[in-house]
Amino acid sequence: MLGPRRGAGPLLEVRELSVVFSGRSEETVIAVDGVSFTVEPGQTVGLVGESGCGKSVTGLAIAGLLSARGNRVGGQVVFAGRDLLALRAKERRDLRGREIGMIFQDPFAALNPVLPIGLQVAEVLQRHRGCDRRGSMRSARELLDSVGIADPDRRLREYPHQMSGGMRQRALIAMALAGQPKLLIADEPTTALDVTVQAQILDLLRRVVEQTGTALLVITHDLGVVAGLCDEVHVLYAGKLVESAERHRLFATPRHPYTHGLLGAVPRLDSPRGQPLSQIRGSIADAPGWAQGCAFAPRCDRVVDACLTGTPPLSTGAGQALRCNNPMPVEVPG
Amino acid sequence: MTDQSTVESPVVPEPQPAQPLVELRELTVHFPVRAGLLLGRTVGLLRAVDGVSLSIPRGTSYGLVGESGCGKSTLARGLLRLVEPTSGEILFDGTDLRQLNNEAMRRMRRRMQLVFQDQLSTMDSRQNVESLLTEGLRAHGLGNGAVAVSARLRDTLNAVGLPAGVLRRYPHELSGGQRQRVGLARALVLQPDLIVADEPVSALDVSIQAQVLNLLAELQRTLQLTQLVISHDLAVVRHIADVVGVMYLGVLVEEAYSDELAATPLHPYTRALLSAVPVPDPTVEDRRERILLSGDLPSSTDPPSGCRFHTRCPWVRPTRCADERPELRELRPGHRVACHWAQELAVSTTQVSGRGGGGWIC
Repeated sequence: MLGPRRGAGPLLEVRELSVVFSGRSEETVIAVDGVSFTVEPGQTVGLVGESGCGKSVTGLAIAGLLSARGNRVGGQVVFAGRDLLALRAKERRDLRGREIGMIFQDPFAALNPVLPIGLQVAEVLQRHRGCDRRGSMRSARELLDSVGIADPDRRLREYPHQMSGGMRQRALIAMALAGQPKLLIADEPTTALDVTVQAQILDLLRRVVEQTGTALLVITHDLGVVAGLCDEVHVLYAGKLVESAERHRLFATPRHPYTHGLLGAVPRLDSPRGQPLSQIRGSIADAPGWAQGCAFAPRCDRVVDACLTGTPPLSTGAGQALRCNNPMPVEVPG
Repeated sequence: MTDQSTVESPVVPEPQPAQPLVELRELTVHFPVRAGLLLGRTVGLLRAVDGVSLSIPRGTSYGLVGESGCGKSTLARGLLRLVEPTSGEILFDGTDLRQLNNEAMRRMRRRMQLVFQDQLSTMDSRQNVESLLTEGLRAHGLGNGAVAVSARLRDTLNAVGLPAGVLRRYPHELSGGQRQRVGLARALVLQPDLIVADEPVSALDVSIQAQVLNLLAELQRTLQLTQLVISHDLAVVRHIADVVGVMYLGVLVEEAYSDELAATPLHPYTRALLSAVPVPDPTVEDRRERILLSGDLPSSTDPPSGCRFHTRCPWVRPTRCADERPELRELRPGHRVACHWAQELAVSTTQVSGRGGGGWIC
């Protein structure tokens, strides 16, 4: 139904997405504040930021998984030519799981504890691919096999608690792939896993993108994961995009002081030891919001007067975007 | 950038093996695995820590790294006798802790303090920070004299970079980074000789993590603390520890000065671990080869025979790896490895890369 659109422009175009949470009290929280970006077919795009920056809410809003009560979602999420936010609930349900797959951080919470893994994968196949019971179990077995689960016949009958964390994440990826989606949204897919298992899962995700041609939106706090996985990276701070660039460019010449600070704050195996890490003072809790100026200003060393009077505009050009009045100078490499 | 220009790069004191503050000799911690509803028959033994020997020289920082279930946290708890070790010796400043009675042990604990990962869960939500900090002092009979106590609190808060105003605050009013600082202050206020930090930064955001790591490094330098830092994150451990030990399934598989460990890992597991740590640099990420381990961690109730890593090791060789448990032996000065073939793997790096994908470009 969405076939003709393939290859003609971006697969996903998020335009001025905003999410406002309003609780019972009068207080409202602007979780996502006018975020725009695109994902091309087959492209891997990263959304990075620290807790509370709005990266996960952006993912949930795109997938249509925010409950309507108390939340206001504004802007447009154009997926293969259609605005997802304007769809009716039933149309969204048909799309989700088939066209858009999702992988969550905690696979144990995302899987049904009282159903065997096989049934859970088969359910997606029956719902979205029109398989019958027997056919869906056969396909489920193939899917588990393809995501590197050894002995899939036995695993089909096992329950989530009988599997290790890495195995559960593989099962979840199998479920997300069952609908043959054009877009996979992975929210912190490896955060709950051990380092060596994380390497396995990242390797699997790379292969999935390569072999199925699906686009991948990775939401993570881990700059190392982004560096090895994504084509393009968007950095979020307090609900707004502050910098976007192709990954080599972003890591080599970060222009926003926040991006620059984040990169310097990560302890690295190849950095000189005994030197203090560069740190960003304060915490994201100090962010005053964007109404009275740049939300990063209280933590920034490069503040100029303009930062305190109004929201810095997002300047875009040549595959990158930057929201800063006084960006880091472009260093000559070497 | 908030460069801490006041902090000069810390001079790492060369560890003096002559006078360790902590020395573990063949420490084991086993837990019985029970089955059955009422009687609880013991059906097996979980070997959480299975014969670990290591020493931490005074004034240095020892990093313990490993994946979940490797026994690193149990080792720390065994060291402090928060779980009772099954066998082995724990020498703390020359005293065998396992010989102490409860009261002597309780008094000894002032000198060894634990800092946790999730501070919120270790704090009573109805206690304010002042009460949290003075509780330890009172327990050890140091809470007398309001003036002296308040001076001590002020100094401690100063050391961890908190304003005096937090004394009136409750745990839920603090940010994650502040809570971690309070946790550190709670340990430091007793002026301990040893700080055991179990995953001190894993719950924190990157920018806050850097603040706490810098603080730990600075405290070690200024207060001459001895630290045991436990983490799953090799990059974190390497950054603050002088010596790093790598654990796998309850045993120490490798130990070396942290720079040496990162540059020339000798144990296959350490190599796999190093190659798996994501580096925030696309050029490095594109170039490096990864050693992907197959399968999951075996269970510590039924650990593999011989070398515990042989079931997942890319360099496993027939019979000896499965038959004989490799001893931890010193291959270079200060570099101990428990692998039968470490020497050969060390010299034949090129061959190794050809066989299993060696390159740990970092």
